[in-house]
Amino acid sequence: MKLNSRKLWNFKGGVHPEGHKSLSNSSAIKDAKIPSVLVLPLQQHIGAVANPLVVPGQRVLKGELIAQGEGMVSASLHAPTSGTITAIEERPIPHPSGLMDLCIILESDQEDRWCSLNPIEDPLQLDADAIREAIRAAGIVGLGGAGFPAHVKLNPGAHTEVDTLIINGAECEPYITCDDRLMRERAESILCGIEIMARAISAHHILIGVEDNKPEAIAALNRALQHHKQSRIEIVTVPTLYPTGGERQLIKVLTGKEVPTQGIPLDIGIVCHNVATAARVEQAVVHGRPLISRVVTVSGEAIPRPGNYEVLFGTPMADLIAEAGGTIDQQPATIIMGGPMMGLPVTDSATPVTKTCNCLLIQPVQPRPTLHQPCIRCGECAISCPAQLQPQQLYWHARAKEFDKVQDEHLFDCIECGCCSWVCPSQIPLVHYFRFAKAEIWSQEREKAAADIARERHEFRQLRIEREKAERAELMKRKKAALAKKKKSGVSGSKESIAAAVERTKAKKAALAAKEAKAATEPSAPPTPPPDATENRTDEGEQREI
Amino acid sequence: MIPHQPLSSPHQHGSAALDRVMIAVSIALIPAFITHFTLFGWGIITNLLITIPAALGSEALALWLRRRPILPTLADNSALVTALLLALILPPLSPWWLLVTGAVAAILFAKQIYGGLGYNPFNPAMVGFVVLLISFPIEMTSWQAPLVNSDHPLTIIAALNWVLFGELPPGILFDSMTMATPLDHLKTELSLHHTISEVRTDGTIFGVVAGASWEWINLAILAGGLWLLQQRVIRWHVPVALLGTLALISTLFYLINPEIYADPLFHLGGGGAVLGAFFIATDPVSGATSPKGRLIFGAGAGLLIYLIRVWGGFPDGVAFAVLLMNMAAPTIDHYTQPRVAGHQRGEMHR
Repeated sequence: MKLNSRKLWNFKGGVHPEGHKSLSNSSAIKDAKIPSVLVLPLQQHIGAVANPLVVPGQRVLKGELIAQGEGMVSASLHAPTSGTITAIEERPIPHPSGLMDLCIILESDQEDRWCSLNPIEDPLQLDADAIREAIRAAGIVGLGGAGFPAHVKLNPGAHTEVDTLIINGAECEPYITCDDRLMRERAESILCGIEIMARAISAHHILIGVEDNKPEAIAALNRALQHHKQSRIEIVTVPTLYPTGGERQLIKVLTGKEVPTQGIPLDIGIVCHNVATAARVEQAVVHGRPLISRVVTVSGEAIPRPGNYEVLFGTPMADLIAEAGGTIDQQPATIIMGGPMMGLPVTDSATPVTKTCNCLLIQPVQPRPTLHQPCIRCGECAISCPAQLQPQQLYWHARAKEFDKVQDEHLFDCIECGCCSWVCPSQIPLVHYFRFAKAEIWSQEREKAAADIARERHEFRQLRIEREKAERAELMKRKKAALAKKKKSGVSGSKESIAAAVERTKAKKAALAAKEAKAATEPSAPPTPPPDATENRTDEGEQREI
Repeated sequence: MIPHQPLSSPHQHGSAALDRVMIAVSIALIPAFITHFTLFGWGIITNLLITIPAALGSEALALWLRRRPILPTLADNSALVTALLLALILPPLSPWWLLVTGAVAAILFAKQIYGGLGYNPFNPAMVGFVVLLISFPIEMTSWQAPLVNSDHPLTIIAALNWVLFGELPPGILFDSMTMATPLDHLKTELSLHHTISEVRTDGTIFGVVAGASWEWINLAILAGGLWLLQQRVIRWHVPVALLGTLALISTLFYLINPEIYADPLFHLGGGGAVLGAFFIATDPVSGATSPKGRLIFGAGAGLLIYLIRVWGGFPDGVAFAVLLMNMAAPTIDHYTQPRVAGHQRGEMHR
């Protein structure tokens, strides 16, 4: 057994919050009920919004493509169950803004009938492109939380060598146990998915990092690994320390390497995926099943039956909470999507479960003090910061709205893990301040970009007005010069034109008379346009311009 | 349905709390107060009885003038810590006006004028101490003799009578109760060209390693400081750097000439070095914040303490050393920031 034969590194900082894992990690994953109505946001991933392929009234089968991923970085969406599309409209989605977004509404028929699938007999014979295509077609995104389309991360490019594929099974956030249960119950599927992913990127080494507070999961993975005789997969137990599950932190612990600040793991030859993503890759490639559900931990002190559920995307959170025995309707509670350290507060319990929802944490409302105490510069935040930032300095500048200084202090290296807020004796919501500063800087940049465009347009308009003015002045000058010349020749311009008009009228009358006479003898001749029409128009035009 | 709207993450918090930090510091000083009371009598108690209300009163007054919440701010216990430190570093049996002046200078001028806790560039207790040291040199050098050397120890009533009204029981002169401190005595004698071995023979002033009785108080302060370290209320960098530097440099000079330069244990165990190392230079607000910065801060303070003690005009130099290092703290922090993860070493600020 290769267990822990490997040298481990440390990242600086980190905290030890109480795990609360035993609330939900003791019972097997249960299938959640098929809800009567599913709400499927078109954006459940990082990248471009998916383009809906269905219309209201259309019947769909389970697994059918209902929205196509658009462009390089995007993810497709499939019907989680069979039923009828009733609308495509704006509904609340899990997003920090609390705003609504476009969702496909699917009324289930409770028959749960699959569409036809294309399983692949021997996935390890597929070439890399075929694997990526299968994963892309299945709409798989990173299930650890960020939701980045998986096929993009599995495409390092022809000239980039991938040294190590790291599979993240750390699950460092308190309360969350969905990956723990998945590793215990579907270890074989995870390992198979990992082999497929490793094939797509030709990784030399494969490491699975699991925190040592999940011995059952580690044992299950090791048991499954015995069936993979030739496997390069190495299962590595890492110490329990929040946030080891952060991509950069896990890479540091397992390889001692640091991902460069503006870079991605691929820059140092590493690709990182979550265990849950690996399991779904196996489902997609081997069985042809698209990503339509995930394991969600439902936990927290306000939940009578905490546990893990296999939940169809689009299931309203209220349905899932009710299934776990929660009575959110009767008493106020805090709903958090994700864990207590980085989770997103949810304000509407009708918000659907999406691809990135790994946990619903339901807790009794804890009153927060409206005022926090002053910063005493104790530096505990800096000691706890896994990015080795100086949160006390960032806070100082963010509070003073000194956004240039806050960037000098590397604000954008902050991963918002929450360690600094967690240790702060003055209970300062530091991460909140940092999010505020980031949002302000982004909005300033947008405004600046918009202002730049507006300024350019304004300058161009000024230029055009100037030019037109100059041109008009030039024209006037020429006209005046022409007029003066005519005056000099002694004939009044108007008398001349009257004479010319009289001449033309005479000619017209003569022509008309001749035509009538001609028409009397040759009635079949085609009518000719009056010859004076163009002449007249030219006259009028000339007059108007003068 | 009543979903509650919380702030953004994190949604839970560790156990640290500012008021508990300050309470821990106060608790860590209790052994020192008990030892002090045992060896010197009621003087420390009368000090406490005046500095605590004076400091809290000054804080409350300033908060009222600044229209800030009074009770919640007093409850952070930071003014209490300042009062306890002042009581310990000022001569026991100090007159009430001296103690009040010290507390007012510490709280009003060193702390609240800058914006209260967290904004003061200097350690408030040290500012209070130095203001008094410069303004009232006689009172500030009138240190009580230990009880073992005192013929007529004062009762609590007599002590209060002296502190509040300047009256002593008949037949007792205040000068008869006072005695030079070990550091002061050593400085005076050395200036008279006596050698250390001659001076140290005076058993009433010098004890096993440093000052008689005083060394026991410093031991109690050390115990409290070690407990703070164990509780992680303070980190090791400042105490180790300060005491280490002081030990190193005093050893060096002691080896050069033991008759002029006192031994390292005398420097560590005498005066305010231990209190400074664990309770004053560790003040996070006015000190350096980065670990490397704290090492520099502590080492600088240790060096300055020695320089002032040996070549300066004052017998002890903890207060001046800390205040001087307070001035340097922002610069130290600026140049000692750790490397941000994912950045190259030596990548400086823009």
